[in-house]
Amino acid sequence: MALVLSYDSPVKRNAYVPPKIIIREVSKVYKTKDKEFMAVEGVSMEIMENEFVSVVGPSGCGKSTLLRMIAGLEETTEGKIWVDGKEVRGPSAERGMVFQSYTLFPWLTVADNIAFGLKLKGIPAAKIKEIVDKYLQLIDLANFAYSYPRELSGGMKQRVAIARALANSPSVLLMDEPFGALDMQTKASMQEMLLDIWRKERTTIIFITHDIEEAIFLAQRVYVMKGRPGSIQAIFEVPFPAQRSGDVKDVESFILLKKKITAMLKN
Amino acid sequence: MDRPMGGILQIRKEVDRSWYISGALFSFFAILFIWGLLSYGEVVSHVFLPTPAVVIREFFKQIMDPILWSNIGISVYRITMGFLLAAAIGIPLGILAGTFKLAEAVIQPLTEFVRYMPATAFIPLIMVWTGIGELAKIMVIFIGTFFQMVLMVADDIRTVPQDLLSASYTLGATRSQVITRVLLPAIMPNLMDTLRMMIGWAWTYLVVAELVASNNGLGYMILKAQRFLKTDVIFVGILVIGILGLVTDRLFYAANRRFFPWAEGGS
Ligand SMILES: Nc1ncnc2c1ncn2[C@@H]1O[C@H](COP(=O)(O)OP(=O)(O)OP(=O)(O)O)[C@@H](O)[C@H]1O
Ligand SMILES: [Mg+2]
Repeated sequence: MALVLSYDSPVKRNAYVPPKIIIREVSKVYKTKDKEFMAVEGVSMEIMENEFVSVVGPSGCGKSTLLRMIAGLEETTEGKIWVDGKEVRGPSAERGMVFQSYTLFPWLTVADNIAFGLKLKGIPAAKIKEIVDKYLQLIDLANFAYSYPRELSGGMKQRVAIARALANSPSVLLMDEPFGALDMQTKASMQEMLLDIWRKERTTIIFITHDIEEAIFLAQRVYVMKGRPGSIQAIFEVPFPAQRSGDVKDVESFILLKKKITAMLKN
Repeated sequence: MDRPMGGILQIRKEVDRSWYISGALFSFFAILFIWGLLSYGEVVSHVFLPTPAVVIREFFKQIMDPILWSNIGISVYRITMGFLLAAAIGIPLGILAGTFKLAEAVIQPLTEFVRYMPATAFIPLIMVWTGIGELAKIMVIFIGTFFQMVLMVADDIRTVPQDLLSASYTLGATRSQVITRVLLPAIMPNLMDTLRMMIGWAWTYLVVAELVASNNGLGYMILKAQRFLKTDVIFVGILVIGILGLVTDRLFYAANRRFFPWAEGGS
């Protein structure tokens, strides 16, 4: 059973509003030639619309696997996932994803990468250009609109991948360590940008990270996983309002929470 | 101890263009030098090994001769037809085999099997079936390149990273859009390289076909020269084929850089 340390959640839980995402007792077993490997076991989550939750856990504990199952890219071995009351059976543009590895399309320019999903939807070219320009500004890469991915640094590629997912305006955004490759300053400004978008667009976000401070700063709830097999060992509600600034990182309760999670991940 | 990164023998490091050209010229001149030593020194009789001067004179005599050009014409025609036929059928089959496991099951084991049957062994059969007309030579080139091409195109498809496909799914791509908008553009540069390699093979099979079943073409020209012990003409024939091969190879290479500037090593 997961241990829940309850703070007052900024999201007002209303008994009559069903969660946006329900994950019930989900397990994943990978079968290789000679053995089976339990990557995720018995994970349950309930995430409300417009919530921002983060997931931290040691390397290899099944975070990416869990996210891929929510995206519909991977089947669950056991258990079910519902989004908007519908069972997840495969990937959809409604659930956008930013991957841990670089996944830009190398044959498309930065602008065309961002436009990829919009073109699939058949949105008129003028409208696409408008959206693309907006996100190019947002990720501060307007000068690289016509560059190919191979001309970009790792951090720049990741920013484009984020813009590509956001431009598609999915109602759920799944992010797998998106800021891992960024320097402190870029990371901080990308975090601000993400919070901004989240507040404006009412996106529901699940955010995986290794950075405990980042997990607390961004989210309203932090899920702490443990490995072998991957499962949730604790859930922490973050006691700060959605509208927060970097200063919150110096508040005592923030530091306390950070210490708790750090200690938990140590053993 | 530091290991300085200068010098001309660094692993995978670029060297000055002048060094590169010198290296290339060196190997050409070394061959020319050994050849000259053997022939001018009469270590080998002139009948078997003509001197470089004689071959060069014969070369310029031949390229003034319309017969050579008609031989080139007919050989190029056969290559083009056989190669286009192999590509027109082989590329789609390769794409299918690389994309769908079931298609792989139908196509790949059979192709692997036939690939080990030497194309040259089919020549007598082809002659029985189609006579010694143009179709025979085209079929030899087709059989020599087709099976290998299917396997190589299938492998090209398989090298497209799974994460690119996953990314496009989460952006809303349908299965057929994944094929047309991700797999096909992704393999283009590798596909061109595959074709570039296969056209090299096509030249080999062309000459084989013309040696056994033809009364024109560059292979036939070599065969006829052999009957009259005109080794200098044999040398010229081989040289012309080498030059034509090099030209097609460079054309493919240039096209690749021109049309797919996004690929690694493109411009
Ligand atoms: N396709 C697969 N086949 C077999 N085992 C897999 C597969 N994908 C992942 N695993 C295993 O499942 C476990 C969880 O992998 P996952 O990628 O979800 O970890 P993670 O928590 O995202 O790690 P990291 O923080 O390093 O990214 C790992 O032990 C891994 O070896
Ligand atoms: Mg991961």
